[in-house]
Amino acid sequence: MKNGKRREMLVNIFRRVMTAVFCLTLLLTSVPAFAEDGFSTSYTYTYDYWEDYQESPDAYRVVTVIDSMTLGMENLENKRINKPQSLYVRDGMIYVCDMGNNRILELRRDGDVFSISRIIREMTGSSVNTFSSPYDVSVDPEGNIYVADYGNQRIVMMDKDLKWIRDYTKPADATFDQGLNFLPKKIVVDVAGRVYAVCQNVNKGLVKYEADGTFSGFIGANEVSVSMGDYIWKRYFQTKEQRAQSENFVPTEYENIYIDRDGFIYATNIVFSEYDLKWDNAKPIRRLNSLGKDILIKNDKFPPIGDLMWTEGGSESTGPSKFVDITVMDNDVYVALDRTRGRLFGYDSQGVMLWAFGTKGNIEGAFTGAISIEHMGYDLLVLDWLENSITVFTTTEYGRTIYEASEKYLSGEYDESAVLWRNVLKMNANYPLAFRGMGRAAMRQNEYAEAMDYFKLAHDRQNYGRAFKLYRKDWVEKNIAWIILLLAVILIVPLAIGKSKKLKWEVYEHERNTVRK
Amino acid sequence: MSAIRSANDEFEKHGTGRSAKRKAAWDRYIASVRYSLYVITHPFDGFWDLVHEKRGTLAAAHTFLFLFLLTRVLKLMLTSFQFISAPVQYINVFEEMASLALPFIILCLANWAMTTLFDGKGRFRDIYMAMCYALVPYILIQLPLILVSNMLTAEEGSFYSVLLSVSLVWCAFLVFVGLMEVHDYGPGKTIVFLIVTVVGACVIIFLMLTFFSLLSDALAYFISMYREIVFRLN
Repeated sequence: MKNGKRREMLVNIFRRVMTAVFCLTLLLTSVPAFAEDGFSTSYTYTYDYWEDYQESPDAYRVVTVIDSMTLGMENLENKRINKPQSLYVRDGMIYVCDMGNNRILELRRDGDVFSISRIIREMTGSSVNTFSSPYDVSVDPEGNIYVADYGNQRIVMMDKDLKWIRDYTKPADATFDQGLNFLPKKIVVDVAGRVYAVCQNVNKGLVKYEADGTFSGFIGANEVSVSMGDYIWKRYFQTKEQRAQSENFVPTEYENIYIDRDGFIYATNIVFSEYDLKWDNAKPIRRLNSLGKDILIKNDKFPPIGDLMWTEGGSESTGPSKFVDITVMDNDVYVALDRTRGRLFGYDSQGVMLWAFGTKGNIEGAFTGAISIEHMGYDLLVLDWLENSITVFTTTEYGRTIYEASEKYLSGEYDESAVLWRNVLKMNANYPLAFRGMGRAAMRQNEYAEAMDYFKLAHDRQNYGRAFKLYRKDWVEKNIAWIILLLAVILIVPLAIGKSKKLKWEVYEHERNTVRK
Repeated sequence: MSAIRSANDEFEKHGTGRSAKRKAAWDRYIASVRYSLYVITHPFDGFWDLVHEKRGTLAAAHTFLFLFLLTRVLKLMLTSFQFISAPVQYINVFEEMASLALPFIILCLANWAMTTLFDGKGRFRDIYMAMCYALVPYILIQLPLILVSNMLTAEEGSFYSVLLSVSLVWCAFLVFVGLMEVHDYGPGKTIVFLIVTVVGACVIIFLMLTFFSLLSDALAYFISMYREIVFRLN
C-alpha cells in the first residue's frame, strides 16, 4: 500500500519534470534558426592554416526565397517554374531560364520584393519562334538577349523587343565533328559581342563565335587528366579488346562559365580525380585569358578547391566539392557554388578563402539541387532546380566589413582599412586575412615588430620576411656599437688567452732549461 | 688521449679515494665527449679507435642521443615559422622524442642481429655507440641553426637549407663509415647490410606487434574465463 503511494508520487514528479523540460525545449527551439545579424556560428566557416575547419560568424543571411508562389505564377499562365537551369543578372533585372516550361522569366527587384516583369516564350522573325529546353541565358549591355536553345540546337540572339537577330548554329568547320549534334548548354557574351559556349560532347574547349555570328575556333581546351598508373596499365597491360572497351583519355568539358567585368572567362570543371585536387592539378576553377590559358591567382596555402576535408564514399553528398557555377563580383571576389554539399565558397582575387557556407536540406539557406549562382552588388542569388526556387542572400555586417576592408586597402586607404580589419577581428578572432590587413597597416606606420606579430598570426611568410628585414635593419642600426664591441671581445679575448698561455709556457720552458743547466 | 693519461696520473698520485675515482670517470667522460669532434672530422680513424681503442664511453653516447632528440624537439618548437610549418599546438614532446628514439634503437638492434650472423666484429654496445657519435654533426649544426633561422628572412633561406642538408649528408656518411669500421666490413658489404638492417627492423616491428596482440588476446582469454567462473559460482 505504502509502496503504491510512493510510486504514484514519483510518477507525478516525473511528469512535472518532463513537462518542464518539454516547455523549455519548445522555448529554445522557437528561437529562429538564423539568429541575429552575423552571430550564429554553425552555418558559415573557413579553413585555417592547418586545413582545419573553423567556425565563423555568418557572412551572408537569407533575405528571401523566391518561388512560383511568391511570384504569383498561379495567376500568370498557371504554370509553376519547372526545372530552371540558369540565372543571369543585368542592370537590376534577373533572367531565369525556366527550362521545363521552355521560357525565360524576367524578374524585377524592388528592395527585397521580386516581381515578374515579363515572361519570354517566343520571339518574332525567326523560322522557329519558340524555345526548346533552353539551358542558359545571357544579356549584353544593349539589352540583346542570348539563349542557349538546347533542343533547337542553336544559340539564338534577339533584341530587347524580342525581335530575332540571328542564330548561332553548328559550325560548318572541319574542326567541329559533324557527326555530333550541336547542344549548347552554357553561354557567355563579352563586351564586343563575341559568344562563347560550352557544348555537350564537345571537348575541345569553348566554342567561340565572332560578333557577326561566324565560328572562329575553340579556346581553353581542358587538358587530358590521366594518372601515370592508369596510363601504364592501359598502354601496356590491357589487351586490345579491353582497351577498346575502356574509356579513352579525352579532355573533359567545362561545367559552367562566367565572364567577369575585365572580359576574362571563369570556368568550372567537375571531372577530375580527387588525388589531383590538393596538388592543384585538377584546377576546378580557372580564369581563362583570350588565349584560353588559366591565369587564376593562387596565393594561399591551398588552391581554391572548395572543401578541404570531406568524407569518402560514392553517395551524392560525399567526396570533393563540385562547382556547378561561379560568379565574380565587382571587387574581384568570386563565389563558386558546390553541388555536392550545397555550399558557396567565396575567394578573393588572391585565391584566399573568405568564407564558406550553405548546406543541403529544405530549410531557408539550404539547397537540394543548387545549380546556378549570380550576384547583384554584394547580394547573391542561388537557383535550386529541384526546389524550383531562388534564394537571395545579403551580406551581414561581418561579410560587409570584410569586403569594405579589402576594397579600402586596394584603393590605398590603408588606415581606414586597418580600422575595418580590427572590427572584423572583433567579430571573428580566427580570421587570417584580418591579421594580414592589420599587419600591412602596421607596416605602413613603420611598426615593424607589431607587423611581424600580425603576419605571424596570419602565417604570411612573405610579408613577415619583409617586416622582419626592416626590423632587423633598424635593430642593427640602433645597436651597432654593442655589436662591434661584442665582435671585438670575441676576437680579442681568445687571442689574449692564447698569448698569455704561450708566455706562460715560454717562462716554464725557460725555467726548466735554466734548472737543467 | 692526453686527458685519459692525465686522469691515470691523477689516479696514481692520489691513490684509491672515492672522489678520485669519480674524478677519473668524469675526466674520461669529458675526454670521450670531446673525442666526438675528432670522430666526425676523421671518421675512418676515429670510429676505429672509438671502439677498438676504447676511446668512447656509453655515457657520452647516451648524451649525444639525448641531445639529438632535444635538438629535434627544439627545432620543431623554436625554428622561425618561415622555415618550418610544424603544428606546434599538436606536438607532444615525448611522443616526438619516442618516435625518433624507438626506430633508432630498433635499427641498432636489427643491425646487430644481422651482422653477428655474418661475422661483423661489432657488439651491440659498439654499434649503439658508433651510431650515437654519428649524430653529432646533426646536433652541432642544427642547434645553432635554430637561432640563425630567427635572424633570417625567407628570401635568405638558401643559406639555412644548405646547412640543413649538409648536416644530414654528413650524418649519413658517418653512419656508413661507422658501421664499416665497427664491423670491419668493406664498403659494398656495408651497403648490403644497411638494406638488410632495414628489412630486419621491419621484421622486429612485425614480431613486436604480433607479440603484443597475442598477449592482449591471451589476457582477454584469461579475463573472460575468470569472469565466466565467477558468474557460474554465483
